[in-house]
Amino acid sequence: MRILARLCRAPLVWLAVILWLPHAAMATEIQVVRSAGGITAWLVQEPSIPLLSVSFSFAGGASLDQPSRKGTGNLVSGLLDEGAGPYNSLAFQTRLEELAVRMNFDADRDSFSGSLRTLSANRDAAFELLRLALNEPHFEAEAVARIRRQILTGLIEAQEDPNAIVAKTWFATAFPDHPYGLPSRGSIETVKAITTEDLRGFMAKALARDRLTIGVVGDISAADLGPLLDKTFGALPASTKIATVPETMPKGAGLLKVVEKSIPQSRVMFGAPGLKRDDPDWYAAYVLNYVLGGGGFSSRLNEEVREKRGLAYSVYSYLYPLDHAAIHLGGVGTQNQRVEEALKVIKEQIARAGEAGITVDELANAKTFLNGSFPLRLTSSGRIARLLRAIQRENLGLDYLERRAVLINSVTLEDIRRVAKRLLRPENLLIVVVGQPAGLSSSE
Amino acid sequence: MSRIIAAFVILLTIAAAYMPTAQAALFHPKTHTLANGMQVVVIEDHRAPVVAHMVWYKVGAADEPAGKSGIAHFLEHLMFKGTPTVASGQFSKIVARNGGRDNAFTSYDYTGYFQNVAKDKLDLVMGMEADRMVNLVLTVEDVKTERDVVLEERRSRTDNSPAAQLREAMSAAQYMAHPYGIPVIGWKHEIEALNHADALAFYKRYYAPNNAILVVAGDVDAEVVIALAEKHFGPLARTGTPPRSRPQEPPQLAARRVIFKDARVSQADWRRGYLAPTRSAGEVKHAVPLSLFADLLGGGTTSLLYRELVVKQKLAANAGAYYSSTGLDQGRFMLYATPSPGVSLAKLEMAMEQALAAALKDGFTAKALERSRTGLLAAAVYARDNLFTSPRIFGDALTSGLSVAQVEAWPDDVRGVSMEQVMAAGRAVLDMRHSVTGLLMPEDGEGK
Repeated sequence: MRILARLCRAPLVWLAVILWLPHAAMATEIQVVRSAGGITAWLVQEPSIPLLSVSFSFAGGASLDQPSRKGTGNLVSGLLDEGAGPYNSLAFQTRLEELAVRMNFDADRDSFSGSLRTLSANRDAAFELLRLALNEPHFEAEAVARIRRQILTGLIEAQEDPNAIVAKTWFATAFPDHPYGLPSRGSIETVKAITTEDLRGFMAKALARDRLTIGVVGDISAADLGPLLDKTFGALPASTKIATVPETMPKGAGLLKVVEKSIPQSRVMFGAPGLKRDDPDWYAAYVLNYVLGGGGFSSRLNEEVREKRGLAYSVYSYLYPLDHAAIHLGGVGTQNQRVEEALKVIKEQIARAGEAGITVDELANAKTFLNGSFPLRLTSSGRIARLLRAIQRENLGLDYLERRAVLINSVTLEDIRRVAKRLLRPENLLIVVVGQPAGLSSSE
Repeated sequence: MSRIIAAFVILLTIAAAYMPTAQAALFHPKTHTLANGMQVVVIEDHRAPVVAHMVWYKVGAADEPAGKSGIAHFLEHLMFKGTPTVASGQFSKIVARNGGRDNAFTSYDYTGYFQNVAKDKLDLVMGMEADRMVNLVLTVEDVKTERDVVLEERRSRTDNSPAAQLREAMSAAQYMAHPYGIPVIGWKHEIEALNHADALAFYKRYYAPNNAILVVAGDVDAEVVIALAEKHFGPLARTGTPPRSRPQEPPQLAARRVIFKDARVSQADWRRGYLAPTRSAGEVKHAVPLSLFADLLGGGTTSLLYRELVVKQKLAANAGAYYSSTGLDQGRFMLYATPSPGVSLAKLEMAMEQALAAALKDGFTAKALERSRTGLLAAAVYARDNLFTSPRIFGDALTSGLSVAQVEAWPDDVRGVSMEQVMAAGRAVLDMRHSVTGLLMPEDGEGK
């Protein structure tokens, strides 16, 4: 419980997608492994510790769910290790423990992903368990009911959780009639409606080799990895037919929505259209956002909202590039009496950067940080494996780790001004406030 | 299927495995003590050209003067303000301008500061850390604004969350005399009254090289770190830091219940804490066996509580137990259960009592014990994979009354635990007289 009580000076903001993990200064050599069966994985061989991390994902994810069955992918992600092949649920879980294998699955807006971590000694057995989970899950009635119950209690709890409410409201308002408007884990009604056929249907269409990317880091050679890839992923369909997710833009520009809730601190989410990951101005926007609200203690928002005025413990902004939409999001938590003041300061900062861009010093400092801090993200095999997967997923190229610093360093003040005019317009913000903010009420 | 268990439970489960520290045969720490008493621990890891630089002070929220709750954490925030050579508010910006990330944290037994940087910046950040150990400058205005920040932090973490408010009330009930019953962040009314003089008094009393531990992990040789430590921290004077002596618990004779009904609760929840020894306090011989007992009882999906309450009886959506063996004074052994929709807390609690009684009476299979042992030992290997984990393990242990040798002994201790010791630890700790049971309920009663 002492860990629970550990407080940090800065909130740890877990951004939903950190696909721009870019650059490097590390001496990591990426090997592209192509198996005999045609499966590709990127590998960084690191023999110094006797373990192995695998990260993989299938493009699609929760966007493939039927709206009336939203949460199907998420329910599947909870069930793949609950009985597969010759093992029932208890036997599968027991096997994972005996081998000290860590296996996880996740369905987010754009992908169904998974990870595997094992000691080198148990490598073959670990991959075999992953093969069974992906190819022969049971979806046995007891397990389906149990995991559904866990998801439902989580959803019931979320009904009163200010952070869940603010995000749910923001996305529902920004993306009405689009898969992005619904939480990936679904709602109480949709989760209750999911059948075993839905689960099998999701598996059949979501897990296809042409939408698969894999990153591997650890104590294994390319020659040893190839056959394991074939064995684990080789029996999945080469491709499947899935409905196209429409391209969209966040709506609700200029709207303020207040969700009344009796709590002392209002939770606020603000956002507007952003940039996609393949936008030519991506790096300019990335640097710009670092200066505005992405830079922890160094950002303008932190300086103006937290350091100068004591209005919040946490204020931030980030680029959230989805496959079919682009968002620039931010958040803050402020006592009810001062929400109006905090929003005024935030809008002023957005307008100021939108009109004038950033300074020469800010640009230089941002570049130093974004390049210098990159190796700090490469400090565990799991993190590097996720990065390898993300680079493939975003088509950034095998030389991306070398190019990243150049891409960031080539951003000019002019680039920043151009993208700032496009991105930073306070009148475009959709703002959702959960709480009892003094002097504020919903527009319309 | 463990993913759906609340994130903090996973963290704690991992922490329970990681935090009692991992095998020295894996970490190979090198240690040194400066003439002024400052301890230095170096874990070399040459996989990436970076270092984690940490300074841990042997002072935390449990060392605060009465009525000044939150001062340890408040000072931690204020340590980022400035010194005669680093202008106010510039510390983190300088670290960032050098491509580094920094932060700090406060718990009951320690306060820690860290910078993660490229290895050629170690000299710079160590110099800055040594500077603020003795040269902190605080303006009255800095103090006022930062206090508002901390109050917002309290609102975010606690006041906005009924579950957190229940946990706060449970801690307060668990510790009748010991300051572990007071929240680390402080009571709201006491935070509001903290001032400039309080912060400086606490700083002068506890921030000194003899009360600090330097932990560095990463792509650097121990000799280099020790030389840098001599250069930056070596010249600082030893001071008369008071010994750590907190009010201790009297015998706990009465089971306690804390019930929190609130309109903001939509999902009921059940928790229980038992006062428990650590490797440093109370019946220390039970600490390592208790880590295994916690895992067997409620550490995952094959554990007794999960099988019984979640899988078999279906009364709970989740159920489990967790425990951390690290702590300067007596800690807690925790149980939790979330009722399935439509199940009352009373019914769930009765089933929990029966499961606990069965666990203590029938014990566990030898196979299950070996699985738990495998899991704890594997966690030590996995811990080595993350550069930032090992310095945390050492800092946590060394500020909580453990030695480097005890950290090193952890895997051997785990290997040596017998089933008899596991059961003896469980029986000693699961004593209702030492317990606090907490119920979180919707305002209109139990279930929705």
